[in-house]
Amino acid sequence: MIEFKHIIKSFDEKIVLNDVSHVMQTGLCNLIIGTSGSGKTVLQKCLVGLLEPNSGEIVYDDQSFTGMEEDQRKELRQQIGMLFQGSALFDSMTVQQNVMFPLDMFTKKNFAEKLKRVNEVLERVNLKDVNPKYPAELSGGMKKRVGIARAIVLNPKYLFCDEPNSGLDPQTSMVIDKLIYDITKEFNMTTVINTHDMNSVMEIGENIIYLYNGKKEWSGNNKEIIYSKNEKLNAFIFASEFLQDAKDMRMLEARGKIDQNRDMDELMK
Amino acid sequence: MSFFTHFGRYLLMIRGMMTRPENMRMYWKEFMHQCVEIGIGSLGIVMIISVFMGAVSAVQTAYQLVSPLIPKSTIAQIVRDTVILEFAPTVVCIVLAGVVGSKIASELGNMRVSEQIDALEIMGINTKAYLILPKIAATLVTIPMLVVLSMGLGIWGGRLAGSLSNILSTDTYDTGLLENFLPYNVIFALYKSYTFAFIISSIPAYYGYYVKGGALEIGRSSTKSVVVSCIMILFADYILAAMLL
Repeated sequence: MIEFKHIIKSFDEKIVLNDVSHVMQTGLCNLIIGTSGSGKTVLQKCLVGLLEPNSGEIVYDDQSFTGMEEDQRKELRQQIGMLFQGSALFDSMTVQQNVMFPLDMFTKKNFAEKLKRVNEVLERVNLKDVNPKYPAELSGGMKKRVGIARAIVLNPKYLFCDEPNSGLDPQTSMVIDKLIYDITKEFNMTTVINTHDMNSVMEIGENIIYLYNGKKEWSGNNKEIIYSKNEKLNAFIFASEFLQDAKDMRMLEARGKIDQNRDMDELMK
Repeated sequence: MSFFTHFGRYLLMIRGMMTRPENMRMYWKEFMHQCVEIGIGSLGIVMIISVFMGAVSAVQTAYQLVSPLIPKSTIAQIVRDTVILEFAPTVVCIVLAGVVGSKIASELGNMRVSEQIDALEIMGINTKAYLILPKIAATLVTIPMLVVLSMGLGIWGGRLAGSLSNILSTDTYDTGLLENFLPYNVIFALYKSYTFAFIISSIPAYYGYYVKGGALEIGRSSTKSVVVSCIMILFADYILAAMLL
């Protein structure tokens, strides 16, 4: 569990996060959503310590992250995995070396044991025969999967994903979402995902926080978001006419005005 | 940003490197990798410029020594002392500031922009220590070696040019080399090369590590780091000469 309380972060005069509080639950996919510039990335960077909040507290399972010394933070960070927007794979290393890097740095395993673990995680993210390839030789989706493999190779308790679907086609995005969701459940991790991908919100949003101009505007899950009456949230989530129609359909279903078990094939005729 | 802000942040970067390594074996591996990249990678250019520097200084010295009263062996002495005192440490290091410095700045800049440095930080690695310290250590080890090699090649280049141009015989050149030789000059050149090696690695590392923006800024910071390194080399060259000679 990661709890953050009254986080305020500003750059010079501009306040980017204004008194944001929430609890990210263990074993769930916790989503931070919002428009570009709403403060999602800044919030995530504050949570992992890449940025220092001006005030507020961040607590990792009863350990105050904001009050920690740098050495304590370094120890905690070994329990954190992060998937970056651009994957952040090391260009000069092969896939195998990339995934093995945290093992090389923080474990005393021999090469055979490390290779076994690397192959295990690569298989877990559905990648085979890519060990000798360099990041430049991989597609966007494959890079993301290698990034996930590297993030989970040390069995972290906390997984952070910054825009995991950016630059991916909808089908690959769903594969990545499902992978993150399955891994979260399998290893009972606290997963925090920054996204503005609506498919992700609907598919894996078990605990969602919506930021608007640096403030927490709404929180809930993917079931509740459909029925939310928050205008700012609705304008963001159901931005297109198609999504608005989908929402209206769901609302009518919920009110019993449309048969949920209707035969769509029959209707199409 | 003012000079003092840059200087303060540069000092903080240097201080930030001085921590206990997370895994000594990985740091050693990175250090050896940098030794190969910086040392072996610069070997070709250092060899070429050293031979030609020596050759040109022999020919030009002979051109200026028109008096029949000055023995030909003086050419060898002048070539020797010029190469040892100035050409090998200073000119080679200025060239290396371009070759090695721009490489360090653009490598770190690219890592910063593509979030690779953030990825290392998240893993719990001191990125200043892991990325910058091995580069500085590698330059401190390899650049004095390159400078010593450059001294030898520069003097040999002068000998070769002297004999090929019929300026002086190899025997006269060799005799001149041994006349009035001060071993301290080599020590002084090594002091200079250590100082310049630190400048060549730490200043580009600073510009690369703190780069903000995209590809354009990486190019700009790389160029800026080379310019600042060259100026600092010339400044340090004067200070060392004034203090130690």
